[in-house]
Amino acid sequence: MAELHQDNSGAYLIRGAAILGGAPEDLLIRDGVIAGRGRDLAADGATVIEAAGLVALPGMVDIHTHLREPGREDAETVETGTRAAALGGYTAVHAMANSTPVADTAGVVEQVLTLGRAAGWVDVRPVGAVTVGLAGEQLAELGAMADSRARVRVFSDDGICVHDPVLMRRALEYVKAFDGVVAQHAQEPRLTAGAQMNEGEVSAVLGLTGWPAVAEESIIARDVLLAQHVGSRLHVCHVSTAGSVEIVRWAKSRGVNVTAEVTPHHLWLTDELVRSYDPVYKVNPPLRTDADVQALRAALADGTIDVVGTDHAPHPSEHKECEWAQAAMGMTGLETALSVVQHTMIETGLMGWADFARVTSTAPAAIGRLEDQGRPLETGEPANVILVDPAARWTVDPSKMATMGRNSPFAGRELPGKVVATFFRGHPTVLAGKLNTPYRWLPENTEMPGAAPAGRN
Amino acid sequence: MKHLLSTEDLSLADATRILDTAEEMAAVGEREVKKLPALRGRTVVNLFFEDSTRTRISFEAAAKRLSADVINFAAKGSSVSKGESLKDTAQTLAAMGADAVVIRHWASGAPHRLAATDWIDAAVINAGDGTHEHPTQALLDAFTMRRHWSRLAGTPSAGADLAGMRVAIAGDVLHSRVARSNVWLLRTLGAEVTLVAPPTLLPIGVEKWPCTVSYDLDETLCKGVDAIMMLRVQGERMNASFFPTTREYSRRWGLDDNRLRALDGLGLKDTIIMHPGPMNRGLEISAAAADSPRSTVLAQVRNGVSIRMAALYLLLSGDTREPAAAPTAAAPTAAAPTAAHSKESH
Repeated sequence: MAELHQDNSGAYLIRGAAILGGAPEDLLIRDGVIAGRGRDLAADGATVIEAAGLVALPGMVDIHTHLREPGREDAETVETGTRAAALGGYTAVHAMANSTPVADTAGVVEQVLTLGRAAGWVDVRPVGAVTVGLAGEQLAELGAMADSRARVRVFSDDGICVHDPVLMRRALEYVKAFDGVVAQHAQEPRLTAGAQMNEGEVSAVLGLTGWPAVAEESIIARDVLLAQHVGSRLHVCHVSTAGSVEIVRWAKSRGVNVTAEVTPHHLWLTDELVRSYDPVYKVNPPLRTDADVQALRAALADGTIDVVGTDHAPHPSEHKECEWAQAAMGMTGLETALSVVQHTMIETGLMGWADFARVTSTAPAAIGRLEDQGRPLETGEPANVILVDPAARWTVDPSKMATMGRNSPFAGRELPGKVVATFFRGHPTVLAGKLNTPYRWLPENTEMPGAAPAGRN
Repeated sequence: MKHLLSTEDLSLADATRILDTAEEMAAVGEREVKKLPALRGRTVVNLFFEDSTRTRISFEAAAKRLSADVINFAAKGSSVSKGESLKDTAQTLAAMGADAVVIRHWASGAPHRLAATDWIDAAVINAGDGTHEHPTQALLDAFTMRRHWSRLAGTPSAGADLAGMRVAIAGDVLHSRVARSNVWLLRTLGAEVTLVAPPTLLPIGVEKWPCTVSYDLDETLCKGVDAIMMLRVQGERMNASFFPTTREYSRRWGLDDNRLRALDGLGLKDTIIMHPGPMNRGLEISAAAADSPRSTVLAQVRNGVSIRMAALYLLLSGDTREPAAAPTAAAPTAAAPTAAHSKESH
């Protein structure tokens, strides 16, 4: 473990939290690690946090975040986006590559890493672009990004599908050299030219160009077969249809090394909301039908879908205060994800808090190869821990969020569950439901702690 | 009724009220002085983000016959083409005191945005949005059909619906706001609608619409229709593989001379031929069909002014707004006062 800068406050005794929703126990956090777990631990000078009624969980890991910096600092910055992440219960986020400039070189991913360290709210893990400029024509220098200080393991052209089958095959093969994974945004471009919303009953009435489920499913089907053929690791971003679930399930049954992700909004919202023509509901992939929502929930519960990824996509208001067709696609998600998953998966009885920890922390950390995230809450483990009040109820008000994006589709809804505290590397970034102070990295600390040197794994 | 955005959510009572009011407005159009003082001092803005001279002048004529002040705002060559947003445009019009905005927009749902946001408080009339709806077109079509249907029945059209009338709508349903608005309104009025189109030009989900769908125009005609409405087909659809060639389209789905003759052969002597215009003569409709006595194309244009007068009148002198000049005082005929009374029914 890294030595702590003096700003990072020392010891906390969390008293009586339900660990993963189980029986109440104490957790002692000291020097960045969990120094003890059990009943009636002695405070021994540590600050005591009474946690009766709270659930202790491993810090959440987002496999899919748009932090917008560099390039669109009017939409979000690493600072504001990671504040939102900490408040939402995250201790690590994967910053997608579609910044300006695109994160397709070692220089850009190291810049994003550095911005994340300077902010200090969570681990910021840059995702590298698969192709130069996301143009889908030529592989970016994946190896250079993998070997950089950012140690990139997840590669994605997210927002744009790597639709050329040969390029996708090569990318899948190439990243094997450094245990990388290609995270595919599955969207057949020709089938979705000008597409505005899910193609179905509602699009027929609204006269908005349809976005057929088959455009997603056909790419996933192709990619799982490619992954099987070349023996590579594939991650499918934001699965949104019942058909996609079936294909992923089939692929897993055949032993294909594929993981899949679902967003909180696809676990709840449907294309019926588009009838308002309010672009806050415009997102890629689009909101689908209730049958899709139910299939996604079942798939997340049974493990067919491995992780929840927010696809947090803040936009300046002028990109949403316009005609539907003119509006940008995307929704914010970091500060509502926990609540939405609690509402859709836990309060429906589909999952418990241990499953929640799996889909929001353990599994996404494993996909991103983050050694010190998504760990068990046991003595000696890194203290990336959150405390959640599952009985809390709150009404979403985007103007009060830490993200600069005001485009939350949950605005005005009452949601369950609130993050009370977030410990990042043993330091409370959130206390009493409010931002505390960031973790301070040592200026000279440029290596990721606990990580093997680049190029050796 | 504060806005007229779609026919999907237009009640039978509201639809009938607009149609009946339009009958009264039509009477004004037949007078020597084609003008009512009803909207004196009111400002109607025609906000057109898409070229449509026909619709724009129809609304302009309607507003002027009601004595409203009319401002035509064409987005091309204006601040909009320099990147001004719909929000800023709307707020500008609000600041200028627009009482009604007639909006034509290439983006589906743009009128709904104007109505749903606080950008502008004016009444919003949808004059065609993308491939979504064109409610005044459907209303003028229904008006034309209702006059025809009532005449056949020998009953007055005021207060009537279209129960039992068989209407075929043929052509590019997928991209047609006219077809959508007609399907909903004709359902509300009790007509039986059949959509006829190549499968490529029907939306996924059409099976849930309150109508019958056919790929075969001849079969539809054989079953008997009282009105057949041909939709405009854009030549550029051909390049996107919606159909192989314009000639094949015309042969299978066009109202050509053979099908025009077939109407006589089938004993459908009272079937009318409708088209929202502008027509592609020789593509979806032959010149003989367009010019035949069955054609109501020009009546539709004429009725369009009456329908738009009715819509403007009902929206701008409705309960939520202070009446401008009460038409009772000035109108020499009974037309406008009746309309004023009928608004109390909602």
